[in-house]
Amino acid sequence: MSDITLDLARIMVVNRARWTTIEVAFWIAAAAGYFLFPAKLVLLTQMLIGGLFAMSLDLLLGYGGIASFGHAAFFGLGAYAAGLLAAHGWGEPLSGVLFGGLAAGGLGLAFSSVIAKVRGAAVLMVTLCIGLLLFEAASRMPWLTGGDTGLQGIDMWPLLGLFEFDLFGRTAFWYAYAVAFLLYLAARRYIHSPEGLALKGIRENHDRVPMLGVSTARRKMIAFTISATIAGMAGALLAQTTQIVALETLSFERSVAALIMLTVGGLGTLIGGFIGAATFIWARDVLSALNPVYWMFWLGLILIALMLTARGGLVGALTLLTNYLARERHPR
Amino acid sequence: MLGFVNILLGGIAYGFVLFLMAGGLSITLGLMGFANMAHAALAMVGGYTAALLIGKAGWPFLAAVVMAGLTAALTGAILERTLFRRLYQASELEQVLLTIGVVYAAIAAATYLVGPEQMAIAVPAWLDGNLRIGPVDLNRYRLFLIVTGLVLLVSLVGLIEHTTFGAKIRAAVFNRRMTASCGIDVDKLYALAFALGSALAGIGGALSVKLLGLDPNFPIKFLTELLIVVSVGGLGSLRGTFLAAMLFGIIDVVGKYLLPEIGAFIIYATALALLTVRPQGLVGRPR
Amino acid sequence: MIARIVIVAAAMFAACISARADDRPLKIGWLMSYTGPGAAAGAASDAAIEVFFKTFGKSVAGRKIEIIRRDTTGPAPDVARRLAQELIVGEKVDFLAGMDYTPNTMAVAPLSTSAKVPLLIVNSATSGILAKHPFAVRFGFTTTEMAQQLATYASKQQFKSVYTFVHEYEPGLDAEAMFIREFKAAGGAIAGSVRAPLKATDFSAYIQRIKDANPDAVFVFMAAGELPPIFLRQFKEAGLDPAKIIGIGDITDESSLPAAGDAALGVVTAFHYTQTHESVANSEFARTYKSIAPDRPLNFMPVVAYDVLKAIYQVVEAQKGELNPDRTMELLKQTKFESPRGPISIDPATRDIVQTVYFRKVEKRDGQIVNVEFASTPDVKDPGSAR
Repeated sequence: MSDITLDLARIMVVNRARWTTIEVAFWIAAAAGYFLFPAKLVLLTQMLIGGLFAMSLDLLLGYGGIASFGHAAFFGLGAYAAGLLAAHGWGEPLSGVLFGGLAAGGLGLAFSSVIAKVRGAAVLMVTLCIGLLLFEAASRMPWLTGGDTGLQGIDMWPLLGLFEFDLFGRTAFWYAYAVAFLLYLAARRYIHSPEGLALKGIRENHDRVPMLGVSTARRKMIAFTISATIAGMAGALLAQTTQIVALETLSFERSVAALIMLTVGGLGTLIGGFIGAATFIWARDVLSALNPVYWMFWLGLILIALMLTARGGLVGALTLLTNYLARERHPR
Repeated sequence: MLGFVNILLGGIAYGFVLFLMAGGLSITLGLMGFANMAHAALAMVGGYTAALLIGKAGWPFLAAVVMAGLTAALTGAILERTLFRRLYQASELEQVLLTIGVVYAAIAAATYLVGPEQMAIAVPAWLDGNLRIGPVDLNRYRLFLIVTGLVLLVSLVGLIEHTTFGAKIRAAVFNRRMTASCGIDVDKLYALAFALGSALAGIGGALSVKLLGLDPNFPIKFLTELLIVVSVGGLGSLRGTFLAAMLFGIIDVVGKYLLPEIGAFIIYATALALLTVRPQGLVGRPR
Repeated sequence: MIARIVIVAAAMFAACISARADDRPLKIGWLMSYTGPGAAAGAASDAAIEVFFKTFGKSVAGRKIEIIRRDTTGPAPDVARRLAQELIVGEKVDFLAGMDYTPNTMAVAPLSTSAKVPLLIVNSATSGILAKHPFAVRFGFTTTEMAQQLATYASKQQFKSVYTFVHEYEPGLDAEAMFIREFKAAGGAIAGSVRAPLKATDFSAYIQRIKDANPDAVFVFMAAGELPPIFLRQFKEAGLDPAKIIGIGDITDESSLPAAGDAALGVVTAFHYTQTHESVANSEFARTYKSIAPDRPLNFMPVVAYDVLKAIYQVVEAQKGELNPDRTMELLKQTKFESPRGPISIDPATRDIVQTVYFRKVEKRDGQIVNVEFASTPDVKDPGSAR
């Protein structure tokens, strides 16, 4: 290969990895939220955690084309792992998150060979079964998980030995922000690495990638394990910041919620998961505060309307908008 | 020994309940390939129709069940024409989210219209109580479900596999444009098939109220079980759905009887194992 | 002229004061399940709020009462915790109240403790949840007190062997342990025990186990809601006699009793409230309730919710609207009044309810299936957990 083509290729990759306005705007807006809504810090924290979870699903679905109906299995496992660690006397937060990620990643690795084998609707069903299996396991081991009562007695040590987790959720917010941001950077790196590009290739044309000498099964297994690890870390964050773990963290409803967040935000964009989570959790909070009894009706209608009109998700719509504005500024 | 016979019968009866509820889904999800999460919501429509007609309007049981099927068919057809039709060509994921939206709205609507309390259904005297055959106690209502389930199975398999209607649907799913160019009105065909699936949902819902209860949360509560039954059976195969429903009913009840500490863990593990070994389902062909 | 100015100034001053009172509403954060499996409880508690407003008016000691309702969506402790935190930090509520599922209460109680916001519990029946939380008070009941009463009843009935069937979560495990301890102490034998997860909807396997053991009676505790009627119907369908069931009143609570129908006839339960309880307070409450929610069944949930609001009203009035959390707790511990369920008070030592426990049998009266009281034990306190 000549130097020129290599340079061209490098420029293309660099260009692709460049930060978009939307990404920058989101992380600034999230930080600004701390000062603008001091009474809603817990909600903001849960938006970041939900976003991280949705992003982990995006790695699978948006980049690998692997849909999952049971991603909460990894989220919940991470939550229980971190929760159990803290409930049994090791309340250090950062190692707890790593532990949660490790546990979920391990399970992800174990199931990844199964996932790599099946395709299409069967993937949805296999992941659904994994999710239900973990839910049932947690529910049938109340001596370990607290069962339907939830895992209690999670006692967190101060973050870095300095910052106590306070009633207002200030420490929790910055902690979740920092972890989510770091994992976002890591996910970006992965996506723009040769690994990530190969994954996209699998999504675009599953049968041709092996002809390039790339093992699809291996790529899928790696993607699945990474996605499970990040989901587990998101779960660990939730366990640590709410100091309780409920069976609900493993539920089908949570898996579906992640799918909704991701689709609302926009598939295959990474930031879409965060934007979708923020939008979805905010809408749910506002609607259920307005009417605690019938809020699901409006949520359903919004979802239906979104599916019929804005298929590219919010990031799609925002990209169109920013592109349009940019063109206005620099007329060609 | 006698206890075990009873348990086996309980499992079979539960399997028939699952089949009655999942039969319609086997048509919309399995045959038509539409990821219809709103199936149990349509079953709920049928359940409420029957329970209210019997309780408030004094209808006879069987007439109310038929009406439940019709109401659900109508609701399903309306939803299909206004919403679902637009997403036949979209990805499974978008179909899932659209129909989940319908589920949310249906739950809230049911809470608003009928209230969040548990709904009771009265069954006629000839279906109440037990029938004693030798040493075995058989519940009349469960026997009735088994008979209804068998009748439905036979007539549906006949309809899908041995009539032109069934052949047309299968053709349209396989190649929509080709079928349309043969002069078949695919739009109408899909609407009819969806209405049929919804009717079955409605009847299944109405018949299961007595055993499973009915409240606005119904559309979510049984969704996962039905999805698993249909996919383990094999998408597009009613016989597969039936087999899977039986397998599930029996494994679930027997498992809970022998090992109550483990509970439903056994059926999910079985389902996962089956799906791993045969992703196309028990009866389905590899795609 | 000067007089006029003085009068105007005084009027303005008075207006300011009253405006200040209006600016400072009495905020009660109300956490209940309005959607999900426990939605009926939320709806019933809303009716209770209306009854309360109709009876006591919408303000107390010059402060307008504002009840901020939030949906905990069923047993979801993380949701409950977030909502409680927002109510404390954002809305600055004076009281937290409501609470249905034990897991939710256990998640919220630590916040009430650290923020010193009194927490008035309507219905979380696990014994131990108050001990570590000095600002929590329970107005409902504990499954342990009911199980203890039923064990005494069972031994008086000369039952030799009893099978236990409970929902597998904190209140159920509490009930099971207490019943087994007390019944064995009274010389009875336990024929066997089985627990069902909250998600199970088909009970034939558990019922067959009960049938195999052939006990004199079956002790049952299940969370109130959609499942008990299903269990009762399947119990009868299996050819067992409902009169063999002795249980905690959740299984025949009036909102699900019609769904159980004839399958509930003969079931004996112990509970703190019966719709057919004969007293002036109950018939007055029932009348107001029916005028507000004619279609909604009247069960224990709105009664306890009403008692909670009444207790809040009394402590705010006693402090003339100037609330101090410690003083509020002192006053709450002295709560004592005639509730629609009967006389109730709060045990100052444990902050738990002291009330009459009624034994009831399900009967058919004028075509309606109802619980009918036939015996009672006055002044029952929570005996603590047997685990």
